[in-house]
Amino acid sequence: MPSNPTPLAEAHPDAPDEGHRSVHAALTRSSSGREDLRELEAGLDSLQSDADRKHRIEWSRILLPVAALVVLVLIWQFYVSLGLKRRDLVPGPLDVLGQIGVLWGEGKLQEAVWTSLQRGLVGFLISVAIATPIGLLLAQVAPLRRAFGPLISGLQVLPSVAWVPAAIIWFGLTDATVYFVVFMGAIPSIINGLISGVDQIPPQYRRVGTVLGASRLQMALQVILPAALPGYLGGLKQGWAFSWRSLMAAEIIAVGGTIGFGLGSLLDQGRVLSDMTIVMSAILLILAVGILIELLVFGPIEKRLLRSRGLLAGSTR
Amino acid sequence: MPVVLEHLGKRFGDGAPVLDDVNATIGKGEFVALLGASGCGKSTLLNIIAGLEAPSSGALEVPSDGAAFMFQDAALFPWLTARENIELALKLRGVGKSERRIKAQELLELVHLGTAGDKRPHELSGGMRQRVSLARSLAQDRQLLLMDEPFAALDAITRDLLHDELERIWKETGRTIVFVTHNVREAVRLGQRVLLLSSRPGRVVQEWAVTEEHHTDAGLAGQLTGAITSRLREEIRRHAK
Repeated sequence: MPSNPTPLAEAHPDAPDEGHRSVHAALTRSSSGREDLRELEAGLDSLQSDADRKHRIEWSRILLPVAALVVLVLIWQFYVSLGLKRRDLVPGPLDVLGQIGVLWGEGKLQEAVWTSLQRGLVGFLISVAIATPIGLLLAQVAPLRRAFGPLISGLQVLPSVAWVPAAIIWFGLTDATVYFVVFMGAIPSIINGLISGVDQIPPQYRRVGTVLGASRLQMALQVILPAALPGYLGGLKQGWAFSWRSLMAAEIIAVGGTIGFGLGSLLDQGRVLSDMTIVMSAILLILAVGILIELLVFGPIEKRLLRSRGLLAGSTR
Repeated sequence: MPVVLEHLGKRFGDGAPVLDDVNATIGKGEFVALLGASGCGKSTLLNIIAGLEAPSSGALEVPSDGAAFMFQDAALFPWLTARENIELALKLRGVGKSERRIKAQELLELVHLGTAGDKRPHELSGGMRQRVSLARSLAQDRQLLLMDEPFAALDAITRDLLHDELERIWKETGRTIVFVTHNVREAVRLGQRVLLLSSRPGRVVQEWAVTEEHHTDAGLAGQLTGAITSRLREEIRRHAK
């Protein structure tokens, strides 16, 4: 704050101990009395703290992605207008937009998005409820982790689509099949996220907890869980991605029976009808839902979390 | 006597002893600076006094309610504000909610941070963080306060001020302080007594009394600093082979 000329170096008539004004810092007392010390500290604090920054709407954050999208669509349109491929094999942006309008008019689009979104969210939330206590337990109890850790990591690598045939045999063409596949996709990745979140806690935090006299439960709830939050959130994000992907895979493969009509089903319908505009519409809708969830849910939560811990400085977010 | 160390030894596994036959007594309300080069087991000794580690041999007497501890890095929890960090220490001690609020504000005022209580650790400067950390260790309300090079990572200007600050708070609160440092000037500036630990194994090889005159007369303080430094270098030279 250059506009605030605090007289740091002046002598203070009210300060006691006027006898030795000469300062031998580092070896002897370097301030003269309590008020002097308070003032020096206040000056240093204001010099060393950053001024509060105002949060403005950053237009580049909105305009740049929109511009990128426009460029991609233009390239797409340009490619189509070259006429290298048959129009029914590679439809243009306007054809797909038209098809989306038709699907909206029929109510199919709303039904598909709503069915899939609902399943995805319910499946994800149940996965979180199952995975969180398991993850905490594995992270804190060493023998359990040694026993089950490799298996959980392995499950994360195994594509959840691999469970679709088994699920169909066990549960038939019902919603249970879809949810089972979602669980097998999301639960291992949430568990792994939480475990790695706990692993990355600086050991100092536990020591502080011990020194402050925290019990085991207090340590888990007041220290470990909040400290592991960034890693846990990463796990949740990945868990959601896995839920959504697994759900689409399950919906594409398992069609009919009592399984409702989701985005995956729409995609499969496009394939059966050999209608490329439906296929492209479904792909774009699946992508759009994924992007919206990231932008509206995980993005803001993550940003708030990181900012409150001072972890955003210098990042390109 | 709050702290008595008798023939204290510590070795990790089968390695060479880190501490060997450490003897010291620290009186109530005393400010003792524990000085030594790297590898003298200063931090290990502090951990043993704090009860974070057990000695391999010897006996020690410490206050039954344990000790407050201040680390080299402030080690504040980044998800809590300065005030909440202090309140957590009070909470884990079992202090009621309304009293926590009042006590935390008192402690913030004590370290001259009365208006910065709602800032997060990352919004504070290094010196402010260490003052919050000091307030938090005072919130533990233990007679014995152990400090592990708490000012080592600070710039020289801030450190000089915090020396004054710590001395003031020590006088106001009457704590017993064991202050570990590798800085001879810091030891002379703060301690009433300076204990020099040898390196590998750590052992108390000499001690000096620091009088009130040393804290006001730079010439005297300089002489003592010189004497301690040359003794410390002697210790370090022993390891040159």
